[in-house]
Amino acid sequence: MADTHSVIGTKNKKGQTFTDTWKMMNEAPRTPSFYTGSEVIKEALRRASCDVMIAYPITPQSEAAALIGELFAEGYIGDYFRGESEFAVMSQCAGAAFGGARVFTTTAGPGTMRAMENFPMWSGARLPIQMIVTCRGINSPLSIQPDTLEIAYLLNTGMLVWHAETAQDFFDWILKGYMVSEEPDVHLPLALCCDGFFVTHTKDVVNLTPTDMCLPPYDPYRSPVPCMDMECPPVRMMRDPFIMKSNYISYATHASWQQEVWAAVERSRKHTIKWLNGLIETENTDAEVIIVASGTAVSQGREAIRLLEDEGIRCGLVKVKVLRPWPGEEIREATKNAKHIVVPEFNVTGWLAKEIKATIPDSDRVNAGPHVCGGMTMPPEIIASEIKTLLGMRTMSLAGRGS
Amino acid sequence: MSKERIKISDDLYDIMPSDYQDLVKSATYGKEDRGWKDIGNSKELIEQHSLCAGCPESMAFRYILASLPNPEDTVMVGSTGCTSLVFPMVAVHNIHSLFGNQNAIASGLKRALSVRFPGRTKDVVVLAGDGATVDIGLDMTLQAWFRQEKFTTICFDNELYANTGGQESGLMQKGFVAKMAPVGKLFDKVRLPEIARESGCHYVVQCTVSKPSLIEKVVRNAVMISREIGPTYLQLYTPCILEIGKNSMEGLQEMRDSEKPTERFAYKEYVSEPAKQLLAEIAAKDKEKKAAAKQLASQGA
Repeated sequence: MADTHSVIGTKNKKGQTFTDTWKMMNEAPRTPSFYTGSEVIKEALRRASCDVMIAYPITPQSEAAALIGELFAEGYIGDYFRGESEFAVMSQCAGAAFGGARVFTTTAGPGTMRAMENFPMWSGARLPIQMIVTCRGINSPLSIQPDTLEIAYLLNTGMLVWHAETAQDFFDWILKGYMVSEEPDVHLPLALCCDGFFVTHTKDVVNLTPTDMCLPPYDPYRSPVPCMDMECPPVRMMRDPFIMKSNYISYATHASWQQEVWAAVERSRKHTIKWLNGLIETENTDAEVIIVASGTAVSQGREAIRLLEDEGIRCGLVKVKVLRPWPGEEIREATKNAKHIVVPEFNVTGWLAKEIKATIPDSDRVNAGPHVCGGMTMPPEIIASEIKTLLGMRTMSLAGRGS
Repeated sequence: MSKERIKISDDLYDIMPSDYQDLVKSATYGKEDRGWKDIGNSKELIEQHSLCAGCPESMAFRYILASLPNPEDTVMVGSTGCTSLVFPMVAVHNIHSLFGNQNAIASGLKRALSVRFPGRTKDVVVLAGDGATVDIGLDMTLQAWFRQEKFTTICFDNELYANTGGQESGLMQKGFVAKMAPVGKLFDKVRLPEIARESGCHYVVQCTVSKPSLIEKVVRNAVMISREIGPTYLQLYTPCILEIGKNSMEGLQEMRDSEKPTERFAYKEYVSEPAKQLLAEIAAKDKEKKAAAKQLASQGA
């Protein structure tokens, strides 16, 4: 077995050179390309030295999942198949990761929910699987449209959760994500989320790294838990399966393991800051009003800020890139001068606003909304209108309900 | 893995648990003709377990672990239930993740091992109860067979949910009164062996674990066929003596009674044509080897 570092500079069977990831992401030349988000996922995977990808059709991730199948047919992926349901797929991903493979999968909405039992198991078993979540509606009546409610359910699974705004984020974060996830002091799965359709089905200019460079392979022996491949001693982990019993040592074992999973989420912070250049990005944080958002709500926030600037109103922006680990300190610092914190979201419950309220002092500064859900778009005008209302300014009625 | 991998550094030898020392000294990793007769003469790959006294499942576990043709390169996949009380004491890598997803785990695992170790044999064996195999996990059991995944599925059929206290399961007999079947089970025992055959398994056996030599044979066959050809399935009757009102000493007799030709666990076997051919080839090779050994012995004498 070749370890991760000794292969750098050598070529894989497709002629790509295993490249130091920092150099590949930060120093190698980039080629601007005009691609859909789904195609960008494929291009990232081409460079990811992925061993196993498991697919299942569900809109809006089906195209990406099928495109990765083409990569497999071309020889870029070790193995690829269609599972029978998301629950099964996430278990198949677990099996492959237990066996020491670098694993990738994609899902969305109801699929995420169907597979949910697997996610705390992934974290507990310390499997650094990467799962793309192309968020869509999860609730009845049936909807395939963009809606980020499913992210709320992922926040307490012990997975790392990142929320991409653009296809460029996506391309970079898929590759960087493995670097964070696979650190021995982290070794946790990553849910890399984006807003379905808005990112997956629109075309954008994305700067790609060279196709002849790829990530160093995953080294399953740089892990806090043994790889299940019978290449290391099959130590009996317990003389007695005390974890299944109702006694103090059983509770203590479970408690310490859960604490360790969340400690590993925390330890990912330093790696994530290094690779993503911070957990948040900020603009004009000295403004009286600050929009805090994640995903494509950030883009809409930016547009709203531009509209308001035309009217002489100055707003700041916080782009939350990473949800787990939670950038509490960063958000506290960035919003300390704000009188109003506006949190636009593509879901009905406003989970991001709740997280922020639980983080900052004087949480009544947080304005949870505007919200859209069920696939509705969020015109920047409604964000601008919400802000003007907060500032006590008159606004035009945007959606006439006869009032 | 070779036996070298489990050797203990001299400096640490005395602080290692005695069962690990025994494993290094006298386990049968790498022994070509390992089988049930090693039990009692060598260190078994299962340490003390916490199953009920006299549980036939514990016999089944011991026979299976003694019969795996390649334990040094075998990874087992379990599921939730009584078997999950035993796996922590088993000296081959094993995975428990969720209830019912064992064949999905095994599918991913086998493929990962094939990608990572091309040209090497890495066997995967699933071992789960009937609730996991036939009820909650049936979808994944069948789909792994449809896809012709190359691993063995073993079901410990005790005809109920034992670990949760004796509830109705799909493999329970019709009419049996149990928890969640208060007026008796209303439908027939699911015919999984036949379904397995129709779903693409190349080797299907239903039997009890009353005879260790038989278990040795079917486990070896199942693993060899799944390694070379495709999925195999063993359904082994391991009665839950507790839930059917028997005493610790009565498990063996219960199995003997249930395997009579007219009873529901009469020996049943299906072997596909390619599997038959493979078994014939293996038998021919074994015969050749034995003849050569005999010749060598007579020359020596």
